[in-house]
Amino acid sequence: MGEPADRAAELCDAALAGDRRALARLLTAVENRTVAAEAALRRLYPLAGRAHLVGITGPPGAGKSTLVAALIAELRTVGRSVAVIAVDPSSPITGGALLGDRVRMQSYAGDHDVFIRSMAARGHAGGLASTSGAAAAVLDAAGFDLIFLETVGTGQSEVEVAAAADTTVVLEAPEMGDEVQAIKAGLLEVADLVVVNKGDRPGAQRTAAQLRAMLVASVPRNDAHHHPRPKRPEVLVTTASTGEGVPELLTALDRHRAAGRDGSAEAARLARAEHQVWAIVSDRLRDRLHDPGRRAVTEATLHEVAEHRLDPYAAADRLLGSLGWRD
Amino acid sequence: MATRPIKVLIAKPGLDGHDRGAKVLARGLRDEGFEVVYTGLRQSPEMIATAALQEDVDVVGLSILSGAHMTLLPKICRLLREQGLDDVLVTAGGIIPDDDIPALKEAGIAAVFGPGTTIAEVADFLRANVRSRD
Ligand SMILES: Nc1nc2c(ncn2[C@@H]2O[C@H](COP(=O)(O)OP(=O)(O)O)[C@@H](O)[C@H]2O)c(=O)[nH]1
Ligand SMILES: [Mg+2]
Repeated sequence: MGEPADRAAELCDAALAGDRRALARLLTAVENRTVAAEAALRRLYPLAGRAHLVGITGPPGAGKSTLVAALIAELRTVGRSVAVIAVDPSSPITGGALLGDRVRMQSYAGDHDVFIRSMAARGHAGGLASTSGAAAAVLDAAGFDLIFLETVGTGQSEVEVAAAADTTVVLEAPEMGDEVQAIKAGLLEVADLVVVNKGDRPGAQRTAAQLRAMLVASVPRNDAHHHPRPKRPEVLVTTASTGEGVPELLTALDRHRAAGRDGSAEAARLARAEHQVWAIVSDRLRDRLHDPGRRAVTEATLHEVAEHRLDPYAAADRLLGSLGWRD
Repeated sequence: MATRPIKVLIAKPGLDGHDRGAKVLARGLRDEGFEVVYTGLRQSPEMIATAALQEDVDVVGLSILSGAHMTLLPKICRLLREQGLDDVLVTAGGIIPDDDIPALKEAGIAAVFGPGTTIAEVADFLRANVRSRD
């Protein structure tokens, strides 16, 4: 056990001292869920929590990568450091992936304060890789001021990004038709900011106006006293390809972060912690139940459920019981 | 995990504006099960070296048509080495005269794939020659 831990400590020290190659290798270890990665995350987690994590989601082609590039340019003019995790889908059949977001974010070679990393989703649904959150924690510990998480962009509800980020930006391109349809209600629900990109295209302002109207209408009125106030996201218009509207977007991101400091972000952070910890608990339970000593019992139990000879609840009780767990 | 995909950077150094070959290769390698980072046209050697470092790739595949291969390819190899990426497999494809190949190999290019090379041949070469890592 000493070896991976030693290696992790070495990589962590180097990455924290600003060695970008060590940082890149740590991220690989995290993606591959190595033993060294777990040791590294244990060490780095207490150092994370300072960066502003910003999720960028929305349909393919809306301009997510171009907008991230424009935000990087804006951040660099004011001397803030920035990292990007850009996720693209993996083929369920071959496991291969084509990671193309970097094409739009190329101009920062030699800038130590910009770090861009592509990630394949590796079978994980929800717009991110299962290790994207851990990768963000590593970049956070390494001291980046802002970290962008660009989702796969399936156009489906990629709500998972909201759990991974402090601020979630839902990006949309102008609608050609009369009505805004492309944004699923579920996606709007998680938006802290809604951005209509391609502001140079006809219909951008009209799309933004429709979204504003829709968002006001969707706020429930009757139970405002008993439930946390639903988000009422600001709607902005940008032209990522020219940078128009990008300074205003950055201001809105900063404002959202500052507002979150006095309370509302706490719930989001707690939800993120819960999500992370439960994922590990369930992984560990599964591993235990597949120990060489228990595997036979576990598999026999699953077969009994498959054949309807045992109900799933009784099966769960039996398996937990086999681990010594009693209620 | 032993089964994790091999990660490849496909980059196009030089000033020519054709990236069809590079895109075909990128898609083909994806279909062969590789994780392929594609970076687009007109990459400077510095951009390529930075991308290779940040992405922690196992392979850098350079596609070049511009005729500047004798200056660009050795420079990229040198930048990779200077950043400590000496265990990354570097290959080149495109239009490269046979006479130039020995000097390129000397400079650190592991293989030069001519126009007739199939994707499967490239994939097999990469699988057989990629560094083994923890
Ligand atoms: N006209 C216009 N095109 C844009 C704008 N932003 C991005 N694009 C283009 O939209 C296409 C998709 O952009 P990309 O950033 O890759 O979108 P993603 O799939 O959401 O990451 C590219 O061809 C961009 O050049 C914009 O503000 N205006
Ligand atoms: Mg993109």
